[in-house]
Amino acid sequence: MTATENIAASQAGDITAAGTNEGRQELQLRKDVSEKEVLRGSGAVLRMSESEVAALAGTQSEDQTMIINMGPQHPSTHGVLRLMLELNGETVLRCKPVIGYLHTGMEKTGESLTFMQGGTNVTRMDYASPLNNELVFALTTEKLLGIDQDIPERAVWIRMLLSELNRISSHLLFMATNGMDIGAVSMMLYGFREREEVLRFFQKVTGLRMNHNFIRPGGVAADLPAGWRDEVLNLLDALPARLAEYEILMTGQPIWRERLQGVGVITRDEAIALSATGPILRSTGLSWDLRRDMPYLRYDKVEFDVIVGSYGDAFDRYSIRLNEIRESMRIVRQVLDAMPQGDYRIQDKKVTPPPRGRIDESMEALIHHFKIFTEGFKVPEGEAYVAIESPRGEIACYIASDGSATPYRMHVRAPSFVNIQTMPHMMRGGLVADAVAVISSVDPVLGEVDR
Amino acid sequence: MSQPSNRVADDVRFIAKTDYLKTLASLREEGFEMCVDLTAVDYLTHPGRNIAPETLGQITLERFEVVVNLLSLSQRRRVRLRVQVAESDTVIDSAFDLYPGTEAMEREVFDMFGIKFDGHPDLTRILMPEDWQGHPLRKDYGVGNIPVQFKGAAS
Repeated sequence: MTATENIAASQAGDITAAGTNEGRQELQLRKDVSEKEVLRGSGAVLRMSESEVAALAGTQSEDQTMIINMGPQHPSTHGVLRLMLELNGETVLRCKPVIGYLHTGMEKTGESLTFMQGGTNVTRMDYASPLNNELVFALTTEKLLGIDQDIPERAVWIRMLLSELNRISSHLLFMATNGMDIGAVSMMLYGFREREEVLRFFQKVTGLRMNHNFIRPGGVAADLPAGWRDEVLNLLDALPARLAEYEILMTGQPIWRERLQGVGVITRDEAIALSATGPILRSTGLSWDLRRDMPYLRYDKVEFDVIVGSYGDAFDRYSIRLNEIRESMRIVRQVLDAMPQGDYRIQDKKVTPPPRGRIDESMEALIHHFKIFTEGFKVPEGEAYVAIESPRGEIACYIASDGSATPYRMHVRAPSFVNIQTMPHMMRGGLVADAVAVISSVDPVLGEVDR
Repeated sequence: MSQPSNRVADDVRFIAKTDYLKTLASLREEGFEMCVDLTAVDYLTHPGRNIAPETLGQITLERFEVVVNLLSLSQRRRVRLRVQVAESDTVIDSAFDLYPGTEAMEREVFDMFGIKFDGHPDLTRILMPEDWQGHPLRKDYGVGNIPVQFKGAAS
């Protein structure tokens, strides 16, 4: 079947279940695809006037344009993102992200791991903010178990502390990669340097720099280590001066502003239509943050501001993330003051393994420990959807349980996967160099996109 | 184990496949501006599910279930739609015209479950290679005993 026949067949609604043909995922020539698809590739998601549509669809002839590949191997594509761009000279006419190069079937794997082990799987999705992934998985499991109101206060506040510090480290990583993509190479060193200090704290607390599996159904894996408060305070004291340095290096610089202001503009209606969340949605001026608007954990007990932009461009998204680091630090300070004493995990024999000391003296505790780690715990039948605010937007977990110890279906709504759809829109009419700025400002993590 | 206490239950609605687009359109009018998530579940080995008896009388359970999560930013409300899709007729209308953001999600569901979306502008595999055989998240798709598929290799 040739490509044209295949497309004709697919338009007739006759796609074979066996698969689609070679090359169908790629950006097609204009003559080979429907007008609707051309418009979508051009990023025209909303109703446009007829003259605008005609201008988009008709005027470009194939001998004036060319289709080039950007990625999957390209430093500015954040992993293995492949973009196919239709160019007229330097101008981007259409764009299509081709993904799946990092697909390892994590949702399928999740069906064979117990709820106890599931955290090790989801934490590897968005590897720049692993603790938020674990948090949303744990919250969903707890909702299915019906214990979401019974989590000890200390565990909840520890979760908030780690979630906010993770937001800081993720945004610092954005500062580093965004700087590098735009050409401020030394920024990359600074961003990674500061992020490393946050990761060092994570290592003290969880034992690992990334992929912690620390937030588990029922609470967290261990209590905070001695001296944690000083570590956090050191971090909070060091960061403001470094952020001020970023402002000098980037925010005020004319070259930096030229590269970002007015680049990759998206309007509020478009962002909502494309289901974009997080800094992309907020950059359009819409104040939407799940931490404030649909509070989870104890976010209703802390004070913070939701940072919004006004132009929906790459510069707004940069400054939103920079200032969200400051807001997160504000939250962390309040968490330090409010951190209660008590248990760090629920004392429910069903989901909590016995303490290490008990295993040496009690046969029952040993059996309990063995059973819970080999078989896991059973979760009642049902389904649940829980969403939280990750650094990239709304991350959510949907679990359908059949009453066994493994999820029947585990789905993660990955913010990067959805946000990538805004790229064709932001790139249309821009230059190739701006395309790099756009990728960077969407800040996708490909581990989460492909799962 | 304590019982679910003062928690507000999720707003979950079962929608017939024929009413799917109509319901989406009316919910959009009601203020659900954003379709945050669209996914599917294959209930092949767990056909019963856990559904209240009163709803059970009104719907026929099928093998596949498309699950759509809508969000109203203005009312801070969520609604979840569960649509039954029969194994014999795995075609459902695409929500693309109402919610363009479902484009990638519908492609993922097509790729993973083989559910076709009528009216989708570009229904191709998104995560798996385009010449892949089968749909991995189906329950009858074997894990660990499938022949390894390499592109261009002699069989």
